Amino acid sequence: MLKQSFKQTGILVRFILRQDRVRIPIWIVSLLLITFSTAISFSGLYENQQERQAIAQTMLNPVMTATVGPSEGLDNYTNGAMLAHQMLLFTAIAVAIMSILLVAKHTRTEEEDGQVEIIQAFPVGRLSNLSATVLVVCGTNVLLALIIGFGLAALKIASLDLEGSLLYGAALGITGIFFVGITAIFAQLSENSRGTIGFSFAVLILAYLIRAIGDIGNETLSWFSPLGIVLSAEVYVYNYWSPILLVGLLALLLLIIAFFLNSIRDLGAGFLSSKPGKIHASLFLQGPISLALRIQRTGLIAWAIGILVLGASYGSVLGDLESFFKDVDMMDALLTQVNGFSLIEQFIPMLMMVLAMFCTVPALLVVFKLKGEEKKGHTENLLTRAVSRTRVMGSYVIISIVTSVVMLLLAVVGLWSASVAVMDEAIPILTLLEAALVYLPAMWTMIGLAVLLTGFLPQFTGFTWLYYVYSFIVVYLGALLQLPDWMGKLTPFGHIPQLPVEEIDFMTISVIVVIAIILIIVGFITYNRRDILG
Amino acid sequence: MLSNNTQMEVEIMSIVQTHNLTKKFGKFTALDQVNLHVNEGEVYGFIGPNGSGKSTTIRLLLGMIKATKGEATIFGMDAWKDAVDIHKRIAYVPGDVNLWPNLTGGEVIDLFMKLRGAGNKNRREEMIEKFKLDPSKKCRNYSKGNRQKVALVAAFASGADLYILDEPTSGLDPLMERVFQECVLDAKKDGKSILLSSHILSEVEKLCDRVGIISEGKMIETGTLSELRHLTRTNLLVETKLKVIGLHELRGISSIKETGQVLSFQVDAEELDVAIKYVSQFGIVRLESAPPTLEDLFISHYEVKPNVKTVI
Repeated sequence: MLKQSFKQTGILVRFILRQDRVRIPIWIVSLLLITFSTAISFSGLYENQQERQAIAQTMLNPVMTATVGPSEGLDNYTNGAMLAHQMLLFTAIAVAIMSILLVAKHTRTEEEDGQVEIIQAFPVGRLSNLSATVLVVCGTNVLLALIIGFGLAALKIASLDLEGSLLYGAALGITGIFFVGITAIFAQLSENSRGTIGFSFAVLILAYLIRAIGDIGNETLSWFSPLGIVLSAEVYVYNYWSPILLVGLLALLLLIIAFFLNSIRDLGAGFLSSKPGKIHASLFLQGPISLALRIQRTGLIAWAIGILVLGASYGSVLGDLESFFKDVDMMDALLTQVNGFSLIEQFIPMLMMVLAMFCTVPALLVVFKLKGEEKKGHTENLLTRAVSRTRVMGSYVIISIVTSVVMLLLAVVGLWSASVAVMDEAIPILTLLEAALVYLPAMWTMIGLAVLLTGFLPQFTGFTWLYYVYSFIVVYLGALLQLPDWMGKLTPFGHIPQLPVEEIDFMTISVIVVIAIILIIVGFITYNRRDILG
Repeated sequence: MLSNNTQMEVEIMSIVQTHNLTKKFGKFTALDQVNLHVNEGEVYGFIGPNGSGKSTTIRLLLGMIKATKGEATIFGMDAWKDAVDIHKRIAYVPGDVNLWPNLTGGEVIDLFMKLRGAGNKNRREEMIEKFKLDPSKKCRNYSKGNRQKVALVAAFASGADLYILDEPTSGLDPLMERVFQECVLDAKKDGKSILLSSHILSEVEKLCDRVGIISEGKMIETGTLSELRHLTRTNLLVETKLKVIGLHELRGISSIKETGQVLSFQVDAEELDVAIKYVSQFGIVRLESAPPTLEDLFISHYEVKPNVKTVI
């Protein structure tokens, strides 16, 4: 019976590889490129230990610890210690995202769509689909770990030794495998793929936040996060292998639970079952705009909570930052005298930019929902009734713009309320509001690009994400990676005046708003002219 | 209804057999003690309205969900425990065929044949030809009907012993429906057994040797078409000299329609004698009777005779 349960797993493995013949290589190659190019650029940027030590000084504050994690290597900031400190956490998160998406696609999504049922009607074991998926995605992670491990060592950069490099790869791979386990479990628990992906991402975000809070205050807390455990490997510094082993054991346990849950449930069923819905449309659900809002309600509420928590977690760091700056009195006094702003205030634009970037995601998701609905043939149901295309698209654009404003306000509220609680001299909320709202035009430009592509080149809406990721990297890591200035000017976020440190520049802002409006208008015109997909 | 003797016989030749098969989803009973059997070499029609339990029964037979009570056997093996072995000799076509968007129809058919481990190349080409399928297209570009053809080609090229078909023609055009019917009859000729769940009652009437009707999770009728017809109403069409009055007061009369002197109605088998005697008082000019179609049977089971009230 047990052996029967895994029958024909081999064929299914090959079948999944065939399906993902493009998807998996793209993931692997992108992760390799990011890792290798950062390693190379670090060794080029900082010529000697003194320069690296100077960077290490700027890393010695709670905001950076919360963002990228702690490091034992700051005293002796070698190339390796720097790479592991600044890049390991973010790359590990990217690997986790890869695992979540790949596992969810081949388990619950295919089950929900009925493909698993078709496969199951063949002489195929009951657990074969899950085991094939787990094998493929774990295999992808192992492959990634090995290539990154040997690849980093092969770069022959000083302090990137073989053991550290292999550990760096292993840390990434094991994080991926851990989230294979997490996703495999939620694929059994949730009845649909949205739930599977949503819950798995929630675990990932929670793991990041727990680690962030733990790293600045309570180290024991970090041990409750797989990301915290992985970081404690101190890659290129002490090279501890035991955390990797521990996460590996946890992953194994998760996988065993997932297989057990799969073996005791009916196909198509989940352990978290859905409730019956309403029989009639509510008074609220009366037109295209309320429909668009209704179908995205859960997602938007989740984002709102997430953004509020994100704002609050940044806010809670400000207290530590304040006392940190008090400790280094001299530095504080020096910098304050030079430009009349406290170090805290100099951190605000950076914080706001990151928050604005995060708030852009839900606003973009709203615009992309329009295309998603169109592809599924749902938009037809509206357009074949007395609803114009302008009105359909308009509903989504209005919601998207309102989302951008509301999310940003929530971020500020979260930031401010948490900072008031922890700071001795709180920053006035107006200062924060100004510094945040000034980013709205940049967010609207991103929305405009999404609208334009939805209307003009619906096949290429994904380009918006590429541009978004580019903006994020350039703006967020630009200073760290010492990227040239012009790269920052290629994104609207790079043009926003850095309040409160800089003066507000209405001219630039107006130009950005006009660009956003033009993008949106062209989007509307082309959307009205093209064929509806589906 | 069956004598002990025939029950024995049935067990010997049954390919599919369920015994008090029951499935509960939480408190909801989806299937309630269903007994059905499909004999070797026969086409068994499985009909019932949406949500009556057809697909649940089929998923139980395929070992995808586990019975709460009762048992299901196929080829004498347990549908849940021996699913893998059973599936080696089964071909299944669902009503809603979702395939992998970035693979071609040809690739999917090959995968399906490989997974079963049997089937032959020539039959594959023959079936692709027959169903006029373009196997080089990516599945994302197929219409519903074409995706269904992919599943049908793989099924009929497989040489399976039992075909489980769950509304397999819901997306096919009438020409392809005819091709499908030929394939079913060919399979039957080769001694294969077929369990066909369908809403297209004319199709079931044309193909099936025996029919089972399910309603709200219970099997309410099983038998050959002619057996079932005995249990229900006959369509009568009468033309009389005098206007027939008071017909609706008789028992077992339904669906009365009147156009001039021509009256059509349905009458329950046991009331036929009374009805004819009553009508003949008015002087019969013409009398036609037709056996009930499957549709009539179907509707008579699910409607609580609403037509009785709408007498003109």
